[in-house]
Amino acid sequence: MLLITCPWCGPRDEIEFHSGGEAGRVRPHVPDELDDTEWANFLFMRRNEKGLRRERWVHALGCRRWFAITRDTVTHDILPDDAPSLIASDMHVDGGAR
Amino acid sequence: MSNKQRYSGFALLGAGFKGHRSWARVWRDAEPRPRYSIVIIGGGGHGLATAYYLAKNHGIANVAVLEKGWIGGGNTGRNTTIVRSNYLWDESAAIYEHSLKLWEGLSRDLNYNVMFSQRGVLTLAHNLSDVRAGKRRHNALLLNGIDSEWLTRDQIADYCPALNLSPDVRYPVLGATLQRRAGTARHDAVAWGYARGASALGVDIIQKCEVTALRREGNRVTAIDTTRGTILADKVGVVVAGNSTILADMAGFRLPIESHPLQALVSEPIKPVLDCVVMSNAVHVYVSQSDKGELVLGAGIDGYTSYAQRGSFPVIEHQMGALLELFPRFSRLRMLRHWGGIVDVCPDASPIIGKTPVDNLFINAGWGTGGFKATPGSGHIFAHTIATGVPHPLAAPFALDRFVDGKLIDEHGAAGVAH
Repeated sequence: MLLITCPWCGPRDEIEFHSGGEAGRVRPHVPDELDDTEWANFLFMRRNEKGLRRERWVHALGCRRWFAITRDTVTHDILPDDAPSLIASDMHVDGGAR
Repeated sequence: MSNKQRYSGFALLGAGFKGHRSWARVWRDAEPRPRYSIVIIGGGGHGLATAYYLAKNHGIANVAVLEKGWIGGGNTGRNTTIVRSNYLWDESAAIYEHSLKLWEGLSRDLNYNVMFSQRGVLTLAHNLSDVRAGKRRHNALLLNGIDSEWLTRDQIADYCPALNLSPDVRYPVLGATLQRRAGTARHDAVAWGYARGASALGVDIIQKCEVTALRREGNRVTAIDTTRGTILADKVGVVVAGNSTILADMAGFRLPIESHPLQALVSEPIKPVLDCVVMSNAVHVYVSQSDKGELVLGAGIDGYTSYAQRGSFPVIEHQMGALLELFPRFSRLRMLRHWGGIVDVCPDASPIIGKTPVDNLFINAGWGTGGFKATPGSGHIFAHTIATGVPHPLAAPFALDRFVDGKLIDEHGAAGVAH
């Protein structure tokens, strides 16, 4: 069981959260200008890091807010993070960067 | 040659008179040679099957299988051994039915008992949308010439009396699809049977040999750096479920795959109580009883990515709750062992088989939670693809470039299991 620290609610059990996948994926500003390969790269391709990975979570059964953490995918350790989450590139994923 | 010994009743009797001391090793644990025509990276069931069919069907025996641990120690040894072909979409149905047909003759083909047991797979429907989806899948299977039956609740009571069919439960059973030709197989025997078959045909199986780098010249891989030295290869096949991204990174291309833990567990052994496989998407568990008497239980993946071969306890807790919903009689059963494997998950829950952006490197990946059942078919069509350089017709729809041209094969839910 992961113990995840929500920046607003503090440390909570994993079951209160949903994994939102890789952080830092920014929706292209003008998708129409992309070719099919570039669009597939944004839509489907994943870094899938072995080791440290920046990823998004949503506190679904809590404050329902999104944030990002750094987690090791081999040890499942979550790195302490003074200012988790609120970096723009972490947050603007599916909603569209402007 | 010792590794060409045939198994039979007479061989068993003969060895019995010699106190069973005359059995030869089942397969040859090879030392790496400097160069091979084809190197298969990954000594799981799919990789070993690929090597076997390369040697048997295509006459290419100058093949090495590189395994970083021991053969069959990854997902081949970490699944719930279910074999079925009741998939909704034509492309999936074709590939899994091809595999199921190979399963039906596999023990004879390999002269090795893989304990394939066609005990039937029952997929339960608990609500109206389950019933509609189940009947749709049932009809699609009939159109594809694959055996399928729709059972009413009374018919389920006859077929699987152990199930709780009371209407007064939270998720009552309303009906089920049944594939009688589906069932289970012995996972270790599959790895060993293919290893034995491949080894006897001249394939080198090299264990404790982890790939550390792929050397490229232009658009080709020329050499493979491993923990046991550098190996040259004309063609390379990558079959490393759970670690596909690592190898793709080494080769310099991207994959639409994420690695997730998939957990399973077995109970203490009990007398025969369940003679089929029962699956339920709505309460989400699948269960069968092994020949040793243990219940073998599985469910869905953990939501986060991982390479740790373990997952979180809430997933186990959820599937045990689902088990007791279906079989309250198992409530006092203790669980004996529990394990996790790392599965490749594609956005459309379908595999990737075929060419890559690197000319002489082929990939077989992304089987998600359903790879074990595909082992013979996957190896068969991947061997064809590598040997001829042209995707096998059954593999063609599963090309990596489907993510660019948009022809996804969306088996989420459609596959008869929630992913």
